[in-house]
Amino acid sequence: MKALDQVREVMRRDRVFNFMAQGQHPVIKGKVDVSKDIILYLESVSVSFDGFKAINDLDLYINDGELRCIIGPNGAGKTTMMDIITGKTRPDEGSVYFGQTMDLTKMSEYEIASAGIGRKFQKPTIFPEHTVFENLELAMEADKRVWITLFARLTPAQNDRIHEVLQTIMLEQHAELKARHLSHGQKQWLEIGMLLMQNPRVLLVDEPIAGMTHQETEKTAELLTGLAGEHSVVVVEHDMEFVRSIAKTVTVLHEGHVLAEGSMDEVQNNPKVIEVYLGE
Amino acid sequence: MAHKSIFMSMLADDRGGKIFLSLLAIVTIVLPLLNLAVAQDSAFHISTFTITLMGKYLCYALLAIALDLVWGYCGILSLGHAAFFALGGYAMGMYLMRQIGDRGVYGNPELPDFMVFLNWESLPWYWYGFDQFWFAMLMAMLIPGVLAYLFGWLAFRSRVTGVYLSIITQALTYALMLAFFRNEMGFGGNNGLTDFKEILGFSLQQDATRVGLFVITALMLAIGYLVSRFIVTSKLGRVVVAVRDAEDRARFIGYKVESFKLWVFVFSAVLAGIAGALYVPQVGIINPGEFSPLNSIELVVWVAVGGRGLLYGAVLGAILVNFSKTYLTAALPEVWLFALGALFIIVTVFLPKGIVGLLQQMKARKVKEQKNESP
Ligand SMILES: Nc1ncnc2c1ncn2[C@@H]1O[C@H](COP(=O)(O)OP(=O)(O)OP(=O)(O)O)[C@@H](O)[C@H]1O
Ligand SMILES: [Mg+2]
Repeated sequence: MKALDQVREVMRRDRVFNFMAQGQHPVIKGKVDVSKDIILYLESVSVSFDGFKAINDLDLYINDGELRCIIGPNGAGKTTMMDIITGKTRPDEGSVYFGQTMDLTKMSEYEIASAGIGRKFQKPTIFPEHTVFENLELAMEADKRVWITLFARLTPAQNDRIHEVLQTIMLEQHAELKARHLSHGQKQWLEIGMLLMQNPRVLLVDEPIAGMTHQETEKTAELLTGLAGEHSVVVVEHDMEFVRSIAKTVTVLHEGHVLAEGSMDEVQNNPKVIEVYLGE
Repeated sequence: MAHKSIFMSMLADDRGGKIFLSLLAIVTIVLPLLNLAVAQDSAFHISTFTITLMGKYLCYALLAIALDLVWGYCGILSLGHAAFFALGGYAMGMYLMRQIGDRGVYGNPELPDFMVFLNWESLPWYWYGFDQFWFAMLMAMLIPGVLAYLFGWLAFRSRVTGVYLSIITQALTYALMLAFFRNEMGFGGNNGLTDFKEILGFSLQQDATRVGLFVITALMLAIGYLVSRFIVTSKLGRVVVAVRDAEDRARFIGYKVESFKLWVFVFSAVLAGIAGALYVPQVGIINPGEFSPLNSIELVVWVAVGGRGLLYGAVLGAILVNFSKTYLTAALPEVWLFALGALFIIVTVFLPKGIVGLLQQMKARKVKEQKNESP
């Protein structure tokens, strides 16, 4: 039966042959095929850790250019979902596509990153022994192969771009400071800045405002909404007020599965969601 | 003068490096003069023995730089780096063996003595070409490089890191030691390769040759330092440190981490091979003992003592520890291993950044005090 299915798969006319799709996925940026207006597909994805299903038959579609918020109680699988998209965790089942052609389950982390998916970790992760400037320089969109990196020199345009981002993340006066000396909120900002330097098509942002002051939070909201449109942004956040302020569409994740999806109001009035959040 | 400006910017904020290179230059000029131009009975005469000893230290310093690149900068604690040093040494040793020609005990123009002793009829194929200096030197770099490539490719691709990696590097050098101990390997077994006569036609017994070897070693050390400095100040160097500090972050901004690790590991192995090739004609012997796991561990101690993550720190550590070793093993031979162990503990507990780190701290404190006093 399996062989027959495979033959059928090959004969399907609505799809490019897998091997050909593979051939063009290469890590060329800006070549994402978004002809169907969807940039990320997760279909029937499951993953389990030692028998525990962290992601359970998850379907998720992210439109090109949208800003999507993902909420859900602790352990709902939000971070794991990002791990799957970025290649850190391989799904046991299901498919994950970037645009129409790139099968993310077959690409390694660095390929996915260079193809145009950037991520900010839940725990701010920056390079502590490098200066703020160097952190941004390292993240910068560039040819990241070994020999080319050895002889790479900053062009004036790149230098300008770094200073632009330094301004955006309000760390201009700390450019020469080692990143480990930054406050928690500043580290969050730096990581967001690194994401900007990468200039990815899709930004996956895991809990960006943890440890931020009220002002910083507002600024982050502004920044993320400003990015949407040109980029697709997926934000995981617990702070409901923040989510309300930025989101058009909210997806609620629960036990590795989509519980509800819609506008913030719809979602908040959804009885299933109320049960999950208040039930315990 | 583009290359000059790169050179200057490389050393611009490398005070330690400038001091080290200046000292190296002085030593390289003064010591040979005091040996060759000053009469033997003068108080200022430096013996050839001392020169050769210094040459040995400089080889160790180059080896320490090699380890510092992978450990201090890339965070890969290799406990088998002496293996690459020894392989480079063996390549040089094979060349020197072939130069003996028919002056061996058995007078066989083709075969080294130990092969005649084993009743071998002809030279094994892997000895071909080693009568050519250029070929042997190429191999001194290529063999460590290829081994490092194969090893690193397997290890880094499967993401072996930390203690596990250290243990398998240790196993690697141990396995090589056992292999080289065997006579049928064709590298002189237990005794290794020795009784060398000349290099490129110059007698190894002559003072001038020994001084020449010392000068070349110093030169290679300077070049090795500059190239390594170029690497660590390049963007690649920054990526490598980034991999050390936050490997995942580096991956998710699009760097193929394993390729960077592999590159540094291979470069480092080649550097270690060169150090080994310079070492052998000066000490006059290479045997399987050089593969001993303990050697690799000692090497780690040198770098830790000097200060890892700083190239001149590694140099300082190598010279200081080996100087103490020479002194201690002559004065109190049974104490050395304990001293080494104690040194390692003291450094890990009290001086995580080694001597250089301590100096930097003291300087920073001084600057702070001055700032507090002045206004
Ligand atoms: N590598 C792993 N090994 C084992 N269990 C894991 C692993 N990664 C995640 N889990 C488990 O999977 C579940 C989902 O975790 P995940 O981090 O995705 O949750 P989350 O929605 O991001 O939660 P939070 O809001 O606390 O960040 C948790 O129960 C977690 O313990
Ligand atoms: Mg999480």
